[in-house]
Amino acid sequence: MTMSATRTQVPVRVDEEKCIAHKGCTVCVDVCPLDVLAIDLAKGKAFMKFDECWYCLPCEKDCPTDAIRVDIPYLLR
Amino acid sequence: MNTIQLETDVLVIGGGTGGPMAAVKAKQRNPQLRVMLLEKANVKRSGAISMGMDGLNNAVIPGHATPEQYTKEITIANDGIVLQKAVLAYAENSFDMINELDRWGVKFEKDETGDYAVRKVHHLGTYVLPMPEGHHMKKILYRQLKKCRVDVTNRVVATRLLTDAEGKIAGALGFDCRSGDFVVIRAKAAILCTGAAGRLGLPSSGYLFGTYENPTNAGEGHAMAYHAGAELTGLDCFQINPLIKDYNGPACAYVTGPFGGYTANAHGERFIECDYWSGQMMLEFYNELESGKGPVFLKLDHLAEETIRNIEHILHTNERPSRGRFHESRGTNYREKMIEMHISEIGFCSGHSASGIWINERAETTVPGLYAAGDCGSIPHSYMLGAFVYGRFAGENAAQYCADTGVAAVDGEQIAREQARVSAPLARAEGLSPWQVEYKVRRMVNDYLQPPKVTRKMELGLERFDEIREDLDRMSAANPHELMRAMEVHAIRDCAEMAARASLYRTESRWGLYHYRVDYPEKDDENWFCHAQLKRGAGGAMECLRRPVEPYVIELDEEEKTAYQRLRVAKEAAAA
Repeated sequence: MTMSATRTQVPVRVDEEKCIAHKGCTVCVDVCPLDVLAIDLAKGKAFMKFDECWYCLPCEKDCPTDAIRVDIPYLLR
Repeated sequence: MNTIQLETDVLVIGGGTGGPMAAVKAKQRNPQLRVMLLEKANVKRSGAISMGMDGLNNAVIPGHATPEQYTKEITIANDGIVLQKAVLAYAENSFDMINELDRWGVKFEKDETGDYAVRKVHHLGTYVLPMPEGHHMKKILYRQLKKCRVDVTNRVVATRLLTDAEGKIAGALGFDCRSGDFVVIRAKAAILCTGAAGRLGLPSSGYLFGTYENPTNAGEGHAMAYHAGAELTGLDCFQINPLIKDYNGPACAYVTGPFGGYTANAHGERFIECDYWSGQMMLEFYNELESGKGPVFLKLDHLAEETIRNIEHILHTNERPSRGRFHESRGTNYREKMIEMHISEIGFCSGHSASGIWINERAETTVPGLYAAGDCGSIPHSYMLGAFVYGRFAGENAAQYCADTGVAAVDGEQIAREQARVSAPLARAEGLSPWQVEYKVRRMVNDYLQPPKVTRKMELGLERFDEIREDLDRMSAANPHELMRAMEVHAIRDCAEMAARASLYRTESRWGLYHYRVDYPEKDDENWFCHAQLKRGAGGAMECLRRPVEPYVIELDEEEKTAYQRLRVAKEAAAA
């Protein structure tokens, strides 16, 4: 397929030290209205897979270990 | 693509605000009914109030307001084009709903006597009830869903409604945005609670997901209703809101107004008497923004420290909790200077304006067995409380409808056609990416439909939307998530065409900026004191028609009729 790989700085940052996805936690993935988060199965950590963030914060507020920080997307800052 | 077959009695599509209420009320009306709540995200955090809400904007509370007075206010704010009995039905049931929410544990602001602490924001009456702890709203709704044993299905995107040979509702079709499975749901009745068409215009930042509305609400309900043959209304009456520039938070009249904050021009002067959101208010806002005294600002810097702290607590912890960090990154502070404002992208949303799927005072659409509530319905200026009240009407009436209705036979051809449409992007290895097509259609919406509206521009927009229709069949999706975006683009394009056709149909100007046509600048009551409806015509093309405004149940006096036309501050205000 003809496609490009354009790099983008995404607004959702996951602190991998704190993230407990490897223990089976999927809270941030579950609550995201836009379904943009996923678990990296190799690493066992959550990450932002799609650059489609509404910066609404359920992922950050509902994370049980405070592992997530949402920035305002660069285009709006 | 596997196919999953499901069956229920009442199918509620959309689990944000009106949807959970509809599901709970259907179940309470008849606990024997099977009630399924279908949500494209997760009901725990979905819809316009995913993070909560800071207040009720339209509480009709005895001692502060009457249903008759509220009905008058909304009639005037909507330039007379309302189904008054439906607004009145909301107003008469608003207080019961507030008390029920209070019993469920929603914390409303109360005074020292325990009475609701209502504030005045509207032009005429007093209806705003703050909920400083409103961030718990979704948790409270979720508890009720569990208590009533509603069957919740998350991450399934509905794409089309199923109808039987007589045109009645027979269910819905969609897909799972995680697995990609095709989903066929047979149902006796369906309730659309899909929210606003919030991804129609492009925010001026160009960021697709920087919309005022939760971008999950892409107008699929409007598109589904249209394709099922339902009438839509007021699609010429766009939603346009005054927001903080570059941030999607309201400015916000409802919160800061009662504390002494207001909308000002570059000189710090107040230029509108009432900050309540209406088309007339937005026109004054637009005029000031484009004038030599522009741009427009939110002015709070004259308020006391304690007041500002209070405002920050409400605005930065409820509906839009990322707002504080936006101001932080910009280095803007309410205490130090005014905050620059701008106008939002266009959308369809009856919560704030009047556009949506036509419903009557029983939440019935024009399709038998199909109901709608909340921002996708058509009760003007109805906000969150309107979604709850009409969610209740829809749930109760759909439950009653099910008593005399069987599950209809499904039409294999409708299913096959939809399965082909939904599976196509995944099957295409090469093609346009959904975001490219979405960006293009929404950029064209801004170029050709953003008011002031111009006839020739809207006609050109229609030509572009027609061309983009062909691009829909060239999109490819690498996974079910991208498929969700691709199918949303179908709905966005449908809504764009509806917005253009409805706006071209009404050859006058009305609702201030919402339908300001430069080449028809005057209001024309003789020809256009009517609802403009849009539906799928016999030939499959969009068709517009007039629906007369039903005789008012509450008469207005002449002075009241023009109240919202006199919003501009009469003489030059002294700088504050």
